[in-house]
Amino acid sequence: MGAVFTDIPWGVGLILLPLAGGMICFLWPGIAKIAGLVTAFVVVLSVAGLGWQILDDGVYHHTLGGWGAPLGIDLYADGLSLLMLAATALVGLGVSVHSSGYFEGEYSARFWPLWLFLLAALNALFLSADIFNLYLTLELMGLAAVVLTALMGGRDALSGAMRYLLVTLLGSLAYLLGVALLFHNFGSVDMAILAGRVEASPAVRAALGLMSAGLALKIGLFPFHFWLPPAHASAPAPVSALLSALVVKAPFYILLRLWLEIFGPLSEGVDALLGLLGAAAVLWGSVQALRQTRLKLLLAYSTVAQIGYLFVAFPLAVAAGLTAWSAAAYLMLSHALAKAAMFLAAGNLLRFGGHDRIPDLDRVVQRLPLSTGAFALGGVAIVGLPPSGGFVGKWLLLEAALSQGRWGLVAVIILGSLLAAAYVFKVLGHAFTQASTPHEPRAVPASMEWAALLLAMGAILLGFLASPVLALLGIGDPFVASGVGP
Amino acid sequence: MNWDASIPVLVVASSLLPGLIIFGLAEDRVRLRTVLNLFGALSKLVLVGWMLWGVYQGHLYETRLALLPGLELVLRADALSLLFVTLSTVLWLVTTVYAIGYLEGSPHRSRFFGFFSLCVTATVGVAMSGNLFTFLVFYEMLTLVTYPLVVHRGTEAACRAGRSYLAYTISGGALLLVGTVWLYTLAGTLEFTPRGFLHGLDDGHRPALIVIFALLIAGLGVKAALVPLHGWLPLAMIAPAPVSALLHAVAVVKAGAFGIVRVIYDVFGVEFAVGLGVTAPLTWLAAITIIYGSLRALFQDDLKCRLAFSTVSQVSYIALGVAIAGPVASIGGIVHLVHQGLMKITLFFCAGNLAGTLGIHKVSEMRGVGRRMPWTMAAFSVGAFGMIGVPPIAGFISKWYLGVGALEAGQGWVVFVLVGSSLLNAAYFLPIVHAAWFQEPPDTWPEEHDFGRKETAWTLLLPPLVTAAIALGVGLFAWAPFSPLEWAKLIVAREFYRP
Repeated sequence: MGAVFTDIPWGVGLILLPLAGGMICFLWPGIAKIAGLVTAFVVVLSVAGLGWQILDDGVYHHTLGGWGAPLGIDLYADGLSLLMLAATALVGLGVSVHSSGYFEGEYSARFWPLWLFLLAALNALFLSADIFNLYLTLELMGLAAVVLTALMGGRDALSGAMRYLLVTLLGSLAYLLGVALLFHNFGSVDMAILAGRVEASPAVRAALGLMSAGLALKIGLFPFHFWLPPAHASAPAPVSALLSALVVKAPFYILLRLWLEIFGPLSEGVDALLGLLGAAAVLWGSVQALRQTRLKLLLAYSTVAQIGYLFVAFPLAVAAGLTAWSAAAYLMLSHALAKAAMFLAAGNLLRFGGHDRIPDLDRVVQRLPLSTGAFALGGVAIVGLPPSGGFVGKWLLLEAALSQGRWGLVAVIILGSLLAAAYVFKVLGHAFTQASTPHEPRAVPASMEWAALLLAMGAILLGFLASPVLALLGIGDPFVASGVGP
Repeated sequence: MNWDASIPVLVVASSLLPGLIIFGLAEDRVRLRTVLNLFGALSKLVLVGWMLWGVYQGHLYETRLALLPGLELVLRADALSLLFVTLSTVLWLVTTVYAIGYLEGSPHRSRFFGFFSLCVTATVGVAMSGNLFTFLVFYEMLTLVTYPLVVHRGTEAACRAGRSYLAYTISGGALLLVGTVWLYTLAGTLEFTPRGFLHGLDDGHRPALIVIFALLIAGLGVKAALVPLHGWLPLAMIAPAPVSALLHAVAVVKAGAFGIVRVIYDVFGVEFAVGLGVTAPLTWLAAITIIYGSLRALFQDDLKCRLAFSTVSQVSYIALGVAIAGPVASIGGIVHLVHQGLMKITLFFCAGNLAGTLGIHKVSEMRGVGRRMPWTMAAFSVGAFGMIGVPPIAGFISKWYLGVGALEAGQGWVVFVLVGSSLLNAAYFLPIVHAAWFQEPPDTWPEEHDFGRKETAWTLLLPPLVTAAIALGVGLFAWAPFSPLEWAKLIVAREFYRP
């Protein structure tokens, strides 16, 4: 049986399946829902197959059409890619189940092809091993995400999407310039080849600056976060979940790869700057989240803050590489599941009450217990309370910071958690009370509630799976390339 | 997995699984919910009894789950953890019976009992944690699952109390987290070890260790309600009576106090902590809390608030006992963990009965209530006299050992604290007892419910009578084998001063 599994090129399937699914949804809108759900499910199975393969044989290589790098296109997957793919598949399945209840009629016909297209781009991105393919997939992903944001129309959504479009194009352009510089100087776009060739030079520094800035813009790192809250908050709930959970993670993944493979040893000072911006993002995003009165805006600002945590790992990785990068990867996974769950839950609350004003939540704890539970469990993971994936991530991050005596960062990590607790429980406090203005509730299908709850439970479960997940993450030693281990 | 290793997991599961199932039950499945609750409580009791016998004979029950490189979730039953586990298990059973009666007919009972079970799960986890990491996990989980119980009524006041509770406990948890991670980066382990695991550490780390100690104690002191970190406790009185009973007697405050015991004995080690000079400030802090809590209790007219400040005071006896750092005082402090629980839960049950049956919430409304509810007030009187330290009730035993231990450790001033506290206890409890028994009852009670010929429902009456009887029994038979006192002696002998 193992032999059959290892023979299938799962990586290729991960890209072609959602593309094919998206085509089917586009051509036959009548069966879009079914086709989309089946595709999302098959993608989960394919990731499992790929995982099986990687566990058996180590790092996954596939040369498309038999042409190897530098001429052809290579697919590459190590532990880090696998975990990103797994998070994408799981969040994707949850969002798909939720969407099958959320979108009706023409919206459904528009949503499914776009979403499957986005899924294909994400999968391709996590499987790419050269910086030009990363650019292509990043651009495709960005465009699909923009259109999804504007899916339901409306003034807020359109202006949010417009701003998002400009930002994403600008970010990609900056990144592409960096790619051109590197290609011009070192004659390759393959990461492994570049890693062997780059040396400190003005061109490399310029590439580093351009690519980092472009990606930071697309990630929404403080102070480039201005576009993120309006876009994430005005999109339909399942799309918000995708944007916050996956779409901002993809450029971060690219940045992380660049750092680990190419720029790590050459980046004096830049890591400190990224850490500083990350810390500012944690504090600014959390404070802004606390000030919001709309649930989805609160969650969007929370995303700004949680992105900051990922960047706090950069300065810490200089001396405690493995711990800090493991922390970032774990936080990324945990945030993907938890934030998706919270956005889906917020979507349910919004549909139930017809609004997402936090003070007017009307005893939802009794009336929509599963969604409120999903929000609470997701919140626990975001705050980083045990037992949850967020706790494991923050523990590792604190360990990296404390072992180097980085007290400022310790304070930021803790303060961010306290503020996160404040904004999560601000919502939950209102969930218990009766609102001053009662309203006629609208029914929420059970599938939408369970999709949110199961994702949230996944974020909690991550708290118990640290040992196997970190072992998986170590396949292919993605974090050792940065040179200094702990 | 062999049988010995699975018992700690089963003990945790015996409340976790019923709790999770109860969440899914419809509101009107009263019988099934009751069966699940009692089944969980009774099976936990059986398992704990089994472990008690085993540990007494030197068995070790331990389960490990690797989590991070070098860090494991460890559940372990040693003598100290069993003391706390047994207390929680017995009181959970009693409180469940009480809560079933108390909440009869009120809304959202599935949610209530679900979180109630999770609360006990977390407490048992805290008790059986085999390292500081596991302790932290369950300690934080306790914070979370208690919140819905505090805000259960969903009123504005309840939400305010919930907010204050979270603000205190989550901040405390953050301090505890920093202290724990820091300790881990220095020591490379967090495994609870008799006599501590830090004495091998380099002398250069001493200042850092002092700060870590302060961080840990501050984090634990929030739940243990050490002054000035006690502010949430009186506010949390808004919760339904069974919750208050459980919060005060077993779950939350005890988790904090138990953590202090663990940190001093199994993380730092008594000798090392004394050498570090950190126990003396803790002794002072505990002494101040004892007197301050009693003084504040004196001026509360709200019965539950008076009991709350009494808790603030009484729980610090535990910290006091271990901080004195002598074997006899340790016995007093550790045994008070159980004794205070028994007495305080009795008092809270009685306060709940008064509120639920007659609508009495204030001390000033309690005139003559002994004639209307003689059994309830009899139990109340036992609890109150026990708190004062009247022999032969449990509280006397604790205070006796604390006093003798303080003298033995050459800290005579503590005796004055104990005497002063007892006088204050008397000053705020005796007027209640006197008014209840010897003054004329008013013509009407604030809000009387009719229970026919009985003074109140049997599910409400039985629990305080049982706990009062136990509080009396553990005092009377303190020298019998398996009494809390003997068990505390076993702990002290086994864990701390083994040659």
